[in-house]
Amino acid sequence: MHSPAVAERPHGHPALAHHFESLAQQKQASSLGMWVFLVTEILFFGGAFLAYIVYRSAYPEAFAGASHHLDVTLGAINTAVLIVSSLTMALAVHAAQTGRRRGTIGFLLATMVLGAAFLVIKAVEYGHKFEDGLLPGPHFSYPGGGARQAELFFSIYFAMTGLHALHMIVGLGLLATLVWLAARGRFSPGYNTPVEMIGLYWHFVDIVWIFLFPLLYLIGRHG
Amino acid sequence: MAEAGIHGHTVPLRVYFGVFGALMVLTAVTVAVAFMDLGPWNTIVAMGIAVTKATLVILFFMHVRYSDRLTRIVVAAGFFWFAILVVLTLSDFLSRPWLGVPGR
Repeated sequence: MHSPAVAERPHGHPALAHHFESLAQQKQASSLGMWVFLVTEILFFGGAFLAYIVYRSAYPEAFAGASHHLDVTLGAINTAVLIVSSLTMALAVHAAQTGRRRGTIGFLLATMVLGAAFLVIKAVEYGHKFEDGLLPGPHFSYPGGGARQAELFFSIYFAMTGLHALHMIVGLGLLATLVWLAARGRFSPGYNTPVEMIGLYWHFVDIVWIFLFPLLYLIGRHG
Repeated sequence: MAEAGIHGHTVPLRVYFGVFGALMVLTAVTVAVAFMDLGPWNTIVAMGIAVTKATLVILFFMHVRYSDRLTRIVVAAGFFWFAILVVLTLSDFLSRPWLGVPGR
């Protein structure tokens, strides 16, 4: 655990890696690295958003019609659930920064519960779509015209919400790791970088949903 | 706190709760507006609200408001590159019918 390089430092923090001058420099590097990763995530989801933009501009009526088959109430509830989970995540970071271990663990667990609730609601929605025959593929059945174009909408819907849900599942695993580390007393006001970095990831996943909700659920609702 | 700039900024709790309130209100507004017929403005308003919500999350929950300049440039570059992806692709797809070229 204590490498020789750290042992040579009279005031070396156990979390300080030997190739950094200080915890502050180490944290800046972590933050920059996390943001570079999140930029790759922007472009990763960006490709899917682009597919949506291209096909919606090609088939606006079919997309609006297909969007009517999504449940606005469940979608809105899930949006609220994710926003509350972003708040509890931010409060977990705050608790870690101010050295409140029980607060950190409590808010991390709350974030996990809300994340799990989101996934349960999403699974219920998926179930309804399967029952209605709206899963793209050989058994896709769609009432009304423009079935092929609507199938494109549902392909994009399942691909994007599925990728988003996958990110949520990864996030739950990361949060569970943080709870374990927090319980072992690894975070302090001087060192809480992992909580902040996983927080960035969690908020990013929230942002993806902030765009998915209006683009998938709320088009062509009027008239 | 002299350490604030070095060991990370502790954002006041009222900022977190303020941003949270704004996000919830904007969610309600975007749902309400979706049921009104504003023509092409429906999409513009919905995206305007989504961008506002995302900006609030990035600036305050993700601390970019309090980050160093290098981090801000990286964040801005990410969205700028996404804009390039969209604009250049649409310049192709949207201009095809103008000229009646094959492949349309």
